[in-house]
Amino acid sequence: MTELLDRWQFGVTIVYHFLFVPLTIGLAVLVAWMQTLAYRRNDADWDRLSRFFGHLFLINFALGLVTGIVQEFQFGMNWSNYSIFVGNIFGAPLAMEGLLAFFMESTFLGIWVFGRSRLSKRVHLASIWLVAAGTTISALFILAANAWMQHPVGYKVVDHKALLTDIWAVFANSTLWAEFSHTVLAAFVTASMVVLGVSAWQILRRRDVTVFVRAAKLASGFAVVCLLATITTGDLQARLMDEQQPMKMAAAEALYNTQDGASFSMLTIGNLSGQPIFQIRVPHLLSLIADLSYDGKVDGINQIQRAEAKKYGPGSYVPVIWVTYWSFRLMVGLGFVMLAVAAWVWWLCRKRSRWRLEDNRVTLWVLVATILAPFAANTFGWLFTEMGRQPWVVYGLMKTAQAISPTVGAGDVVATLAGFSVLYSVLGVVDVVLMSRAARSSLGESEDEGSGPPAAGEEVVGFVY
Amino acid sequence: MNGPVASLNTSWFALIGLLWTGYFVLEGFDFGVGILSPLLAADDVDRRMSLNAIGPFWDGNEVWLIVAGGATFAAFPTWYATMFSGFYLALFLILVALILRGVAFEFRSKHDDSRWRRAWGAAHCVGSLVPALLWGVAFTDLVRGLEIARGPHYVGGFAGLVHPIALVGGLASLSLFGLHGAVFLSLKTTGELRRRARRAAVLLVAPTLLAVGGVGAWVGLSIAGTDRPGGLPGAVPAVLVCAALVSIAGAGLLVARVHEALAFAATAVAIVAMSAATFGALFPRVMVSDVRVADSLTIWNAASAHETLLVMTVVAAIFTPFVLAYQAWSYWVFRQRLVRPPVTSGAHEAPVVSPPAALVTRPGGV
Ligand code: HDD
Ligand code: HEM
Ligand code: HEM
Repeated sequence: MTELLDRWQFGVTIVYHFLFVPLTIGLAVLVAWMQTLAYRRNDADWDRLSRFFGHLFLINFALGLVTGIVQEFQFGMNWSNYSIFVGNIFGAPLAMEGLLAFFMESTFLGIWVFGRSRLSKRVHLASIWLVAAGTTISALFILAANAWMQHPVGYKVVDHKALLTDIWAVFANSTLWAEFSHTVLAAFVTASMVVLGVSAWQILRRRDVTVFVRAAKLASGFAVVCLLATITTGDLQARLMDEQQPMKMAAAEALYNTQDGASFSMLTIGNLSGQPIFQIRVPHLLSLIADLSYDGKVDGINQIQRAEAKKYGPGSYVPVIWVTYWSFRLMVGLGFVMLAVAAWVWWLCRKRSRWRLEDNRVTLWVLVATILAPFAANTFGWLFTEMGRQPWVVYGLMKTAQAISPTVGAGDVVATLAGFSVLYSVLGVVDVVLMSRAARSSLGESEDEGSGPPAAGEEVVGFVY
Repeated sequence: MNGPVASLNTSWFALIGLLWTGYFVLEGFDFGVGILSPLLAADDVDRRMSLNAIGPFWDGNEVWLIVAGGATFAAFPTWYATMFSGFYLALFLILVALILRGVAFEFRSKHDDSRWRRAWGAAHCVGSLVPALLWGVAFTDLVRGLEIARGPHYVGGFAGLVHPIALVGGLASLSLFGLHGAVFLSLKTTGELRRRARRAAVLLVAPTLLAVGGVGAWVGLSIAGTDRPGGLPGAVPAVLVCAALVSIAGAGLLVARVHEALAFAATAVAIVAMSAATFGALFPRVMVSDVRVADSLTIWNAASAHETLLVMTVVAAIFTPFVLAYQAWSYWVFRQRLVRPPVTSGAHEAPVVSPPAALVTRPGGV
């Protein structure tokens, strides 16, 4: 009972945290890029755009920040056995993340926000790039911790604790680099789809049309490149997964029995137990994804279950199949939808294009709607990754059921789960309202410095808060 | 357990003590400003002045807490696990408070409506007050001793944390952070707000002395007779608490004479001294069991193995100087006092009847 509650709490809070995270990571880079264009070309439009999207970035950052602290505390609060078991290894990247990434991103964010009139343009620009670097580095370290849970390396188990034997192995983990590139590229996709959607909305309202068309052009090019790369790295991950967590691969396809040249189903109606009512299948595709070979063998759930029970003892090693099956498909499907949309916009924005984006209302509305797609794809990706690993919390080493805090009762977890749910819902509503107001607000003028030099040693407040 | 492993354990204990101390000194004034600003601000402009005085810093300051947590997880996993699961509901309250406070900064200014601003202003105040109080409670509990038994488990529940002595400890941290924040505000602002902050600081000195002295004496006496194998002599924390009391009194005198920078240094020293006294009284234990001495968590039985401590030492040695350098630089960049925007040009300190429009509406940019 407590285990289930703990899992719900972790799931709810991390999914919520990860709604803000990818936008922060990606928008930091895009805003920095816009500001760089403004600086290099002395271009007032890019300056206005960087301020406009910087505004959205800040609202989003605030929520990413406060929900992250909950995540860090939760390991000790709800998963104390887990923390004791993995602390030697897992704690290290977490502490490094704080020291190397969080200090940098938060300090330079303060400098960027408040320093516009105090610093030279160059230093001010450098500070947003340092914020962007900080967010990406933070992803690297937290994913090092996560990749170790997916594929533990560089450790030995002594006295029921995993001890570190090789920190280089932890950071050279193949799972980490695949996961890191996929996740960060997906974050860039997220931000570019948001910039695209918001620009489309502004264009629909006939506000500063030429300026927002420039933003849309930049974002669509970035989105296409990053989507192609996200898909490539995702494919790479699938191959690693087949090798490291074969059960997850089989569960992604609901493939019950081992097959050579396995096909991939795009869609299933009916149940997933092997007797569907209706299915669209692409022959040999699963073998290609998992093994890069036309006739490669893909193990089935039943065979893997038998093998794992022999290796780890009796019990079920099968995750919840409908979750893995559908979350994987939705992630991949949304990826291709976004690719189509972004490529189309990019095509429209070419110099010699016959149609113009600003005249194409249907496309503009589709872009507004597509804002939701990257958030959904990210969430489905994580649900697949994390729930596909079940029943393990650390693959092959520790089961989720053994990981919880023995002294925290179900009542306590119910209270905090309810508390977080209510608080997060309220904040979510406020955030959406504020974000959409900011996204609708008009593009500010490009203002240069304050109205006059401040008196020596004193500052007429350029109020930010 | 001596030798190189032993010395790494000790230095990690010291480093974690340092991280918490940095957190208390830096976030202490953020909390203080947050708690006092509804009392000190005459209007919305004052309110915004106080929020903007801590604006560039608060987030960087909070990272000291995050790193303290992460470092504890890495270096002393059993301490991290036992303390965080043991203080479950208290930490939940702290998390909720920190969330409200953090978003209040950003949300408050985003909508120009007096009810909206009052609500988020209140959230900011409560969000600062709750952690300022509860951190004192939690750390007093660590030193005082808790019901730790059956291996590394705290079994006392929430009720076991709210002992009278711990509440005095909470009042001590609350008043000390309040004082620290009042002095900071007087150092960073001008005009009426600065004068009111100064007066608040002077008024806070006596209650702070009482609470800090009270918890210092109470904890000092209660641990004097207990068995603390390998611990520091009881005189060390006692001297530190005395140093804190002297600094607090000194801060009061200094701020009354408008030496605000020196007064701020004095309140910072007082917080450092109290934090050092806490960690000094703990050493070499990290969580004290009042059930059985042998059940206490110590820097030996709660620690990670040598390899982890070594790696973390190298990383900390390389990167901490950078962090200190750029955080110090950010304080240097924003060293100026904030001034109310002039109503009539030149007269910075003239009373403002209604806030100038430029403040209320923010132009689209950042
Ligand atoms: C792939 C990236 C990623 C992932 C998987 C996570 N986070 Fe996160 N986190 C970030 C990327 C990030 C970020 C981009 O760096 C954030 C988001 C917004 C922000 O302010 O920084 C952040 C903020 C953030 C903060 C506040 C940092 C600050 O004060 O600046 C903490 C303490 C954490 N996170 C901790 C966690 C923990 C313990 C996680 C795992 C359970 C986690 N995050 C998942
Ligand atoms: C480094 C980052 C992460 C770490 C260390 C981590 C760790 C964990 C842990 C300890 C659990 C609890 C045990 C369990 O139920 O499996 C868990 C579950 C979960 N995590 Fe992650 N996680 C990370 C990132 C994420 C992210 C970013 C998401 C999604 C946005 C996510 C989604 C989930 C979900 C949905 C569960 C619940 C699974 C279930 O109940 O079956 N995780 N993860
Ligand atoms: C279209 C082709 C895609 C493929 C083949 C693909 C493949 C994968 C695979 C196999 C995993 C699980 C890795 C593991 O559990 O070890 C994964 C996870 C994930 N995917 Fe995708 N993906 C694709 C598109 C996308 C898109 C478009 C997004 C978001 C914009 C996305 C976001 C994520 C995220 C956030 C995770 C969880 C973190 C991780 O494990 O990297 N993916 N993806």
